[in-house]
Formats: sequence, structure tokens, C-alpha cells
Amino acid sequence: MSTVRFENINKFYGDIQVLNNINLDVEDGEFLVLVGPSGCGKSTTLRMVAGLEDPTDGQLFIGDKVVNEIEPSKRDIAMVFQNYALYPHMSVFENMSFGLKIRKLDSAEITKRVKEAADILQIDDLLLRRPKELSGGQRQRVALGRCIVRNPKVFLFDEPLSNLDAKLRAEMRVEIKKLHQILKTTMMYVTHDQTEAMTMGSRIAVINKGVIEQLDTPDRIYRHPVNKFVAGFIGSPQMNFIEGNVSSSDGILHFASGKIDLDLSGHNFNTIPSKVILGIRPENISLKTSENKSSNNIIKAVVDLIEPLGAVSLLHLNSDGIRFSASIKSIENIIEGIEAEFIFDGSSFHFFDAASQKYLD
Amino acid sequence: MNNKLKTWLIFTFLTIFTLFTVYPVLNIISVSLRTDNAFQTKSLSFLDFDEEYTDINNNGNWDKGEPFNDENFNNSWDSGSSLNSYKTLFTETSFLRWAWNSFLVTLVVTITGVALASTGGYAISRFNFKGRQFTMISLLTTQMFPATMLLLPFFILLSKLGLINSYIGLIIIYSSTALPFCIWQMKGYYDTLPAALEESARLDGCSQFQAFYKIILPLSSPALVITALFSFMASWNEYVVAAIVLQDPELYTLPLGLKSFQASLATQWGLYAAGAVVVSIPVTILFISLARYLVSGLTMGSVKG
Repeated sequence: MSTVRFENINKFYGDIQVLNNINLDVEDGEFLVLVGPSGCGKSTTLRMVAGLEDPTDGQLFIGDKVVNEIEPSKRDIAMVFQNYALYPHMSVFENMSFGLKIRKLDSAEITKRVKEAADILQIDDLLLRRPKELSGGQRQRVALGRCIVRNPKVFLFDEPLSNLDAKLRAEMRVEIKKLHQILKTTMMYVTHDQTEAMTMGSRIAVINKGVIEQLDTPDRIYRHPVNKFVAGFIGSPQMNFIEGNVSSSDGILHFASGKIDLDLSGHNFNTIPSKVILGIRPENISLKTSENKSSNNIIKAVVDLIEPLGAVSLLHLNSDGIRFSASIKSIENIIEGIEAEFIFDGSSFHFFDAASQKYLD
Repeated sequence: MNNKLKTWLIFTFLTIFTLFTVYPVLNIISVSLRTDNAFQTKSLSFLDFDEEYTDINNNGNWDKGEPFNDENFNNSWDSGSSLNSYKTLFTETSFLRWAWNSFLVTLVVTITGVALASTGGYAISRFNFKGRQFTMISLLTTQMFPATMLLLPFFILLSKLGLINSYIGLIIIYSSTALPFCIWQMKGYYDTLPAALEESARLDGCSQFQAFYKIILPLSSPALVITALFSFMASWNEYVVAAIVLQDPELYTLPLGLKSFQASLATQWGLYAAGAVVVSIPVTILFISLARYLVSGLTMGSVKG
């Protein structure tokens, strides 16, 4: 087990800067998820820890040792790749034992470690097979096994579940999390899937354009995003954003955008910029019924499209050109094309400065 | 068009082309088995060629002393076919010496080709270095020039280096002409192998070179086979360059040796044909045994994925 520390790390490919002043502390035994859109630099960050990419400047520590100049083979790091990267010409046993053989462990110890790892991952019966004879899920287990046997300081995962189908992905997600509970090793996990990030990480680093936008627990990132990007990236379905103005009348703040007028009672701002973006998650918009008709903040909107998601339905709505979506449990009497009234939960509003995109306190 | 007719057409087409291919081979085998230098005969009827004899002791075979009709005036009784040409080839000519020379040159060229193409192709495929693009284009450009155009420069170069009448000179030329194709072939194949395999090996504790020879090289066997075959063919069958470089008959390789049977007044067609058959045997065995790799190797380098 070990800590990982990035100190003022920059990475350039020619003139293109892919990582911009990354400062990050991964604690001992922590499960840190790096999440962000494609090309944001999250894989580069992970590959730097592995030694497969060199930082242009800055210092990278594993434990208390600077590893900038240390070869991947000497870093004692294990990595699970997106395409598994199993050696096709070797059996599962040979794949798992390869790293140990290179390190010249004696064969009894190698067999013991491989058997233990196979036991944890329930792949005992696959040890003699070749990778091509395995399913996607089995291959991923073998890739995990190959890392476990080495008992490395840090585990790295580079989008390991993105080649699996949805069901298997959910299963493997749980397995990796369980594995972390058993091994208690420091793990860094890269994904572009915010669901994986939310469910797996003890902390999440949201990266965009080579910058860590926010580093915090999943719950805090969900509830208190530091800017519009994080708010939009974390949470599914995505948060709605409506651009408008905040004004005060009779001592009460109002948000106005087109025909939408929302009462902001209970909200205070240090400063109010000229343009504001209101953020509200689809689950915080409800359908107006006879039971809650006395509520404030009722918006009329036309139902453009209904996406049934099982437990809830996602309604795509249009209020005089302002589009937003609502996650509604019961949609009786609602069909596409009709106009209905929706209640915006005032306590769940987020506000961002339209210019800087930063969260407004 | 129904399937049956389509199959028939395909088979007819293939049969015709097989005959085109096989006919010259049969012809050579036929000439090699004839008991004289009957090269000009128009039939493949070596099995019918049978001199009449009087079976004095009535045992159904020609025995020494029994009179016979010496149709080809060679003072010996000839039945349908004979391995005499082969016998003569191995016992009365320098064929074995030429074969050894060819084997030696081919072995060194093949080993050099595989060793340099596998490492050179890997460097071009995996590393970004200054002049990478230029190197690749340069290698390709060399393939534009026909071998005959390079004969004079090669000769001058080798003369200055004192490598005329030397296998080293021949090996350098063969290797240098085969290498560009082989390097491109290997590069194309390595490009299809995910870099994650080596990265994984390096994290497993391998150095860059260990990752190459423990992981990448074993996976590249189809491309290595193609490279080896190409290098082999580039030297085993080559005549023109060898004719320029090697002037001492003791140093002749097989193609030069065979050509020496062709004299200005009388060509020993039987020996020539027998030699040709023997020379083609290793090539045939190699191609048949490596056909599996050959097909996969040639296509795998070309398509990514």
C-alpha cells in the first residue's frame, strides 16, 4: 500500500497542453476515481503513475519517493487495461504468474499466490485456458488476478469495464469494490462513466481539459458541484440549466428567464452577477397534482418526449422555448404533446455565474 | 446462377490454371527422368520410352548381354525412365558443393533478415524518433528501383570494398534488397498488436527489450515466417547478382551452378532438369509446411484490428 502525490504536474504533447498544473493526493488505501469526458487527460494522469507517460514538469511521488525517472517495471504498480491486455499466447495461469516469474519468485510461491487470487476471483477452473477461450467478464477477472498476485503498492484501472455489456459491468463494479474492501490497496480508477465514478470511488476527481475541476466525495460532488461543468457531468439524467436574471422585488429574490419566474425565498447571494444560470436536477422537478397544488414555482410546459426508464420516466419538456427534463415516477394521464404543470423544488436550486460558470454562494 | 453451376465454373477455372501451373513442372520432372538429353521431345511420355530387347533366358527382364535396340545410341539399354541424371548430378558434378554454398548464404541472409526486420520494424512501429517518417519513406523508395539498375553500383561498391568473389558481399546485397520489404511487413504486423500488451509486460517487471522478446515476438510468428520466407527466397533463387559477385566456380550458388550446365554447344538438359527439381524441393517443403502462416501473415499485416 502507498500514497500517490502529484505536485504541479504539467504534460505537453508538442504545443498541446493535456494536463495543467495537477496537484493531487491519493491517500493510502483510498479508492480514487478520475472521471471526465474523452480527451480530458484522465488516462494520461493514470499512465503517469504507471510510468507509461512522463510528466513534462512537476514531481510525482509514490510513497515518499519521486518516481519521475523510475522505469514502470521498478515502480511496483499493477494496471488493468481497457482491452484487458492479456498475453494471448499464454494460459490464464501463465498470464497471472508472468510478473512473478520475471521477478524470479520460486515456483511454489508463484503457484500459491495464483491459486489464492484465482480463489478470490472464482476463476480456479479457468487456469489452463487461453484468453481467447474466455468471455469478456472472465478475461477481466484474469486481468484483475494478474494484478492481485503481485501484491502491488498501487492498483490502476484504465476504463476496465467499458468493453463489457451493461449487466456484466454492474456485476464487475461490485466485484472491484469488494476487492478493494478485501485488499485495502490504494486504487486509482479512470472512467468516463459518472455512474461508475459515483458508485465506486471513496473520492472523485472530476477532470476537464487537463484541469481537476473538483476533488471530493461522490456525495459532496453531487450536492455541491463547484461549477457548471461538474454539475452537468455528475448525475444522470443530467442537470437542467436555464440562463436568466436574478432580481429583487419587495425584498424577495426572483429568477426570471422568458416566461419562467421562480421564487428564490431562502436563497442568499454574496453578489448577484448580471447573468445567472439556474441548475436543477430532473429528479427535483415534479408533476403538479391535486395534493401539491399549493406549491410555489409552478411552470407550464409541453411534453415533447417521454423516455420510460423503469422506476421513473424522463419527460423532455418545453416551456416557450426553454427546454428541460423531469424525472417523474407516476405519469398517469401524461402523453406526448400535452401541456402540464410542473413544480420546481426551490430548495434544490443551484446557481452559477453565466460568465465564469462558477457556483454562486 | 445456381450454386451448383457456380461451383462447377469455379472448379473448371481453377483446374485450367492448375494445369497451366503444373505443366512446366511436370515437363521438368519428365526431362530429368529421361535417359538422354531429349529436351525437345514434345510429349511427356517418358514412361513409354522403352527399348526393345530379346529375352533370351525368358525371365521377363533385360539381363546384361541380351541384345537390344539401342534407339538413342547410348550403348545401354534404357527402360521407361531412369534416375541417372540425379545420380550424375550428385556424383559427377559440384552440385552438392553449390547446394552447401547456397544453404550457407541463404541461412545467413534469412537470419540477418529476421533479426534486423523484426527489430527495425518494431522500432518504427513503436517509437517516435526524429527521421522516423523519412526512414519509412526511404525504405519504400528503395523498392522502386529494379535490381538490374543497381547491378553496376553494387559491383563498383563491392569492388572497392574488396568483396567480389566473397559471400559477405553477396549476403550484404541480398539482405539489403530484402530488408525494406521485410521491415515494412513487420511494422505493419506490429501495428496490429495493441501497445497495451507491452505496457502490461513492463508493469509486470519486464524491460522494454524483455517485453519485446517475451511478448511481442512470440505473437508475431506469422509475420516472422513471411519475413523468413521472403529472405530465403531472395537468396535461394537469385541469379543475376550472384553472377556478378561470384566468379569462382567453387563459390557458385545453386542458380549459378545450374546455369553452368548450359554450355554454348551442348546443354545437359537432363542434369539441368534434375538440378532444378532438387533445388525446388526445399522451397516446396517450406511453402507447404508454412502455408498456414503464409495466408494469415500476409493478411494480418494489412488490416488493423
